[in-house]
Amino acid sequence: MAWIDLANPTRFLRLVDRALPWLTALAVFAFAFALNGAAEAPADYQQGATVKIMFIHVPAAWLGMFCWGMMTVSALGTLVFRHPLADVAAKTAAPLGAAFTFVCLVTGALWGRPMWGTYWVWDARLTSVLVMFVMYLGLLALWRTVEDPARAGRAAAILTLVGALNLPIIKFSVDWWNTLHQPASVVRLDGPTIHPSILIPLLAMTLAFTLLFVALHLAAMRNEVLRRRVRTLRLLQAQAARGA
Amino acid sequence: MDLGPHAVFIVASYAVTLVIVVALIAWVWIDHRRQSRLLADLEARGVRRRSAEPAPARPADPPAPVKETAA
Repeated sequence: MAWIDLANPTRFLRLVDRALPWLTALAVFAFAFALNGAAEAPADYQQGATVKIMFIHVPAAWLGMFCWGMMTVSALGTLVFRHPLADVAAKTAAPLGAAFTFVCLVTGALWGRPMWGTYWVWDARLTSVLVMFVMYLGLLALWRTVEDPARAGRAAAILTLVGALNLPIIKFSVDWWNTLHQPASVVRLDGPTIHPSILIPLLAMTLAFTLLFVALHLAAMRNEVLRRRVRTLRLLQAQAARGA
Repeated sequence: MDLGPHAVFIVASYAVTLVIVVALIAWVWIDHRRQSRLLADLEARGVRRRSAEPAPARPADPPAPVKETAA
């Protein structure tokens, strides 16, 4: 099947119906493996058992950024290629991205209190992630404000492209500025600086969260296609009633 | 599993994450049931998309020309 075939919502719905059970099963297995690894992981020599917060904080941060990256590709799909499912993908990704960014901020604060002595500090990394969260909320508000999905999709696509400028700022904030947040320790040119006993559960948890995100996103996209069908049918019903 | 002196922060982190993830799953599931029910109701009332309507019946193919054969 060519990717362009997915422009047909009916075909897309059939594909989602087939893929969702497999994705769900994969996510459950991945979480079972990752949670077991997180429970067995040793305490960090400096941070003690609080390092276990990292197993949810890092995947949530990754998903917050990954989701915005995916919405950026969808925004291009909406504005340039006018793919009929592009704005569906963007609209349904926004609440998921907001939720995972919220998890990232809350778990970061809960990790910061025992390690830094404070829940929050206005440093570059924390502030840029907070900006991303606020932009997610702005996108959600925009989608709810404009009733016509096509118009809302174009406006949201522009806001998404503007917000994408924040992604490199988040990633490199710990290198460009002097921050309380630790520098990158997984994605580095010279390789990860984390011991495998902690790195492997972390990567497993990241995979599990990503599978969960993909499953939730596909399911939410299916709901949105159905919602638009309901909207179309209601409009047809109203037209028929007016014509009668 | 010994979570040390900061156990409350660790447990709170996992609890918040669990609540958010369960809420997301519930939201998607409930929304799917709702949209499916609305769509089924509308279709049961005979409202259909144009693309879902059965194609109009094609006129019967004209009979094949009969070759006159020399009997």
